[in-house]
Amino acid sequence: MFLRELINQVRKNVNVGPTQRCKQWMLALRDSIICKGNKTHTDRILRIGAGASYAGDRVGPATELAKHAKLDYLVYETLAERTIALAQLQRLKQPEGGYNELLEDRFLEALPHCRKQGTRIVTNMGAANPLGAAKKTAEIIRELKLGPMKVAAVLGDDVLEYCLANRNALKLMENGLPLASLEGKIVSANAYLGADVMVDALAKGADIVITGRVGDCSLFLAPMIHEFGWRMDDWDLLGKGQTGADMVECGANVSGGFFADPGYKDVPDLGNLGYPYLEVSADGTIVVTKVAGTGGLINRATCTEQMLYEIHDPAYYITPDVIVDFTDVSLDEVGPDRVRIQGGRGKPRPEQLKVSVGILEGWVGEAMITYAGLGCVERAKLAEKIVRERLQIEGVHLQELRVDYLGLNALHRESSLPCKDAPYEVCLRFAGRSREKRDAVKLANEVETLVGKGPASSSIPTKSIREVLAIYSVLVPRHIIKHEVILSEVS
Amino acid sequence: MKTFYLRELAHARSGDKGDINNIGVVAYEPHYYPLICQWLTTDRVKAHFGSLVKGGVTRYELPKVHALNFVLEGALGGGVTRSLSIDPHGKSYSALILTIPIEVPPDLAQELMQRGRQPIDEA
Repeated sequence: MFLRELINQVRKNVNVGPTQRCKQWMLALRDSIICKGNKTHTDRILRIGAGASYAGDRVGPATELAKHAKLDYLVYETLAERTIALAQLQRLKQPEGGYNELLEDRFLEALPHCRKQGTRIVTNMGAANPLGAAKKTAEIIRELKLGPMKVAAVLGDDVLEYCLANRNALKLMENGLPLASLEGKIVSANAYLGADVMVDALAKGADIVITGRVGDCSLFLAPMIHEFGWRMDDWDLLGKGQTGADMVECGANVSGGFFADPGYKDVPDLGNLGYPYLEVSADGTIVVTKVAGTGGLINRATCTEQMLYEIHDPAYYITPDVIVDFTDVSLDEVGPDRVRIQGGRGKPRPEQLKVSVGILEGWVGEAMITYAGLGCVERAKLAEKIVRERLQIEGVHLQELRVDYLGLNALHRESSLPCKDAPYEVCLRFAGRSREKRDAVKLANEVETLVGKGPASSSIPTKSIREVLAIYSVLVPRHIIKHEVILSEVS
Repeated sequence: MKTFYLRELAHARSGDKGDINNIGVVAYEPHYYPLICQWLTTDRVKAHFGSLVKGGVTRYELPKVHALNFVLEGALGGGVTRSLSIDPHGKSYSALILTIPIEVPPDLAQELMQRGRQPIDEA
């Protein structure tokens, strides 16, 4: 009976090649052997940890996961919208760089535990240079004597050449104008690849998969597809997988991070915040939880906040692998810090892939000065007037100037609730964007010279000048992507 | 009728995509959800955010998890990567939506006050 089920399961997978089908047979057979009692392979629980959710994320919590969560997979997601574009600029200065700056720290700590427990790693820490990241990883494996291990670099997300060649035809998602309408220097264009490219790398036996730009959730979906042999067109199953992935792709945001509001939403032991992991069943039922004894909190409230984070239409959340429908999801607290996710659904994947285009657009000058004591707001207002006058006198050209009173209205402008009393101190902040660097510099300098040439009794100002690396989006046809898995065996 | 800040009835989280901000608003209790749906119209939210939101506001309902999702267009100063704000992502917008005043019927007001939640005028 069981064998027939097994045969059907593998046969159903018509859209995989013979090598992968053979691999699936072996996996299924392996699972049937290691399952004890009358449990079948479908009872298997796949454990996937979320070890990072942005480039600079903390290192230690992932190591704790690697040590204590008995993970099958550890995922590090480290790319925000702009991260690859910044990494590309870094790579121009330093050709062997351009991948996550904390890769070495992360792997030095976590790899020995992963190796010991048989945990595979999937990560987009490759950023603008997955090959460079794989090379560094191989060095670490040799240094720690962890070999033999297989490291895969996944290439194919860099579509800069295609975008430059088609800059008149490609339309910006922001305003419908051609990509060619942008003023400034385009420095990067990376497509959000799907789980399929990582499934390919896992099928080739990679212990560590390193990518550039891929869909954040796809990093978690790939192990599910690979281990359970989910069909790449079983949209509901993929939708369930992505619902679980969405829950942890922002790491500790589901386990009590960015949640605490004392007296309203209290989070225990936030200092020792534990990062989450998923327990995935073959039918797409998923439990999100964390290591016992760590700080933080996982309940319906944290999961609901996270499920809606960065979502527009909850019935139509577009990922490269499937369009996810969250509207029928139910969340049940099934134990302490354990929430079961059920009811995610899916629709066919989009025919086009989103591309983030990085462009150098100009400069921002920024400076801040703080006034305290009686009359501090009046002195700050006088300072604003003086700076505006001096910018005119100097002929400083700014595309936009913003003046904030930190402590009064910097975040919410005129929508801020009024203060009942005058604040004891207020920080005055100027930020201006300019085409030319010299104008941004002049703005910052005019704030700096308020000490001695402006109102009385202030702090010493701080100032900074930065280049604007703006991100725009275009859509490209899926078929232009030719991904490549470069596998290296490290002894 | 007593008025409470939305904060007494719901919690929220906001996120970014380009120049668009979204805010998930989640009722603390399922039976608060109908009142929140009734009060948090797209017009009220748009008015509350004033000049912060240049474009339209769309609302999506998720009754199974008693939550609303608001999508605010033209809300991030021209886009996260170009904005001059110290909060370019609008991550603090979740705190702003919770300052919307809600008129609460007497029985629910009673329940809130028993939980230590104070109406605006008596806060």
